[in-house]
Amino acid sequence: MAPIQFNFEIPEVYLLLFALLTGIVFGVFLEKAGFGNSRKLVQQFYFSDMAMFKVLFSGIVTAMLGIYWLSYFGVLDITQIYINGTYIWPQMLGGIVFGFGFVLAGLCPGTSCVAVFTGKLDGLAVIAGLFTGLILFAETEPALKGAINFSSIGDISLYELFHMNYGVLTFLIALIAIVAFWFAGNVEERFNSKTAKSSS
Amino acid sequence: MKKESYPYWNPYIVGVGIGLLIIMSIVVTGRGLGAVGAFNGLVASMVHTIAPDYALSKGAYSVYLSGVDHPLKDWVVLEIAGVCIGGLLSGIASRRFKFEVIKGPRISNMSRFIFAFSGGLLMAYAAKFTRGCTSGLALSGGSVLSPGAWLFMISVFIGGYSVAWLMKKTWN
Repeated sequence: MAPIQFNFEIPEVYLLLFALLTGIVFGVFLEKAGFGNSRKLVQQFYFSDMAMFKVLFSGIVTAMLGIYWLSYFGVLDITQIYINGTYIWPQMLGGIVFGFGFVLAGLCPGTSCVAVFTGKLDGLAVIAGLFTGLILFAETEPALKGAINFSSIGDISLYELFHMNYGVLTFLIALIAIVAFWFAGNVEERFNSKTAKSSS
Repeated sequence: MKKESYPYWNPYIVGVGIGLLIIMSIVVTGRGLGAVGAFNGLVASMVHTIAPDYALSKGAYSVYLSGVDHPLKDWVVLEIAGVCIGGLLSGIASRRFKFEVIKGPRISNMSRFIFAFSGGLLMAYAAKFTRGCTSGLALSGGSVLSPGAWLFMISVFIGGYSVAWLMKKTWN
């Protein structure tokens, strides 16, 4: 099943062990970025600490370029990779509601785990909310089936959608990211010199 | 005197590290990271333990229960278990592990809990529509250039910035 161009089957138990190890490294990264702390993470929305944007975009750009080059050199078979399906309206409106939730909670589902395991009790309340939200969804799901599956365009990628060359698109996104990083740094500086508050 | 916690890592170093982790995960398993998906399995198996018939009668739970060995013997569940372990280890090593409520100086613990709970509820409910959260959809889907992932990401920022001014007093 692995998309790598050499055929081998990995036994399930090793895959699960790999999942655990991947998670441990992910958890260390999130904690080291300061994302167990809701108040630090949410500063993204007050322009004083853009760490969330920086981590998210540098992560995406790194992975995007790596995947592109691995497939370019024939190491990775891009057709075997899972591409998250696109559902225009659910993902757009759902994303907006998710953004509301993010500012209320100050944490996302993944970082709330880091918050709880570093002793942050507000993270526990976020997790209780996540559980309640999923139970509420299960109760209301039958009535929502149409809305959830509305406006699906399938598992296509951006370059297929725009009829673009894969490499050109990755290059353009990387360029945009560099400009955005420069911009984020400037915005942070401006806001912090204005308020001149110390953040811990 | 209390020892100072270690400084945070540079966000770009963390970002590149997470990017490399996604590449590794995709090479080995064909898919990237996730988070909210683990809660799906967790909630389904909890409801299943309390009321098996009820859980199987609800479509939102049964997809995680039928045809699988055990709902918790799953890639994303173990990955999130790892995130908890990694967070704990790093929190202790960085001297940031501490029982406390993180909040703005102007609100009570109770208000903070209510906001945190409501935020979690909204995110989980919305993630069922978007089919993923910041990790599974924005980060991993964004890397494989899923149009929906980019749409989701832009929407999260729009949603976040449009309510941030309302919540300003609770955070700063």
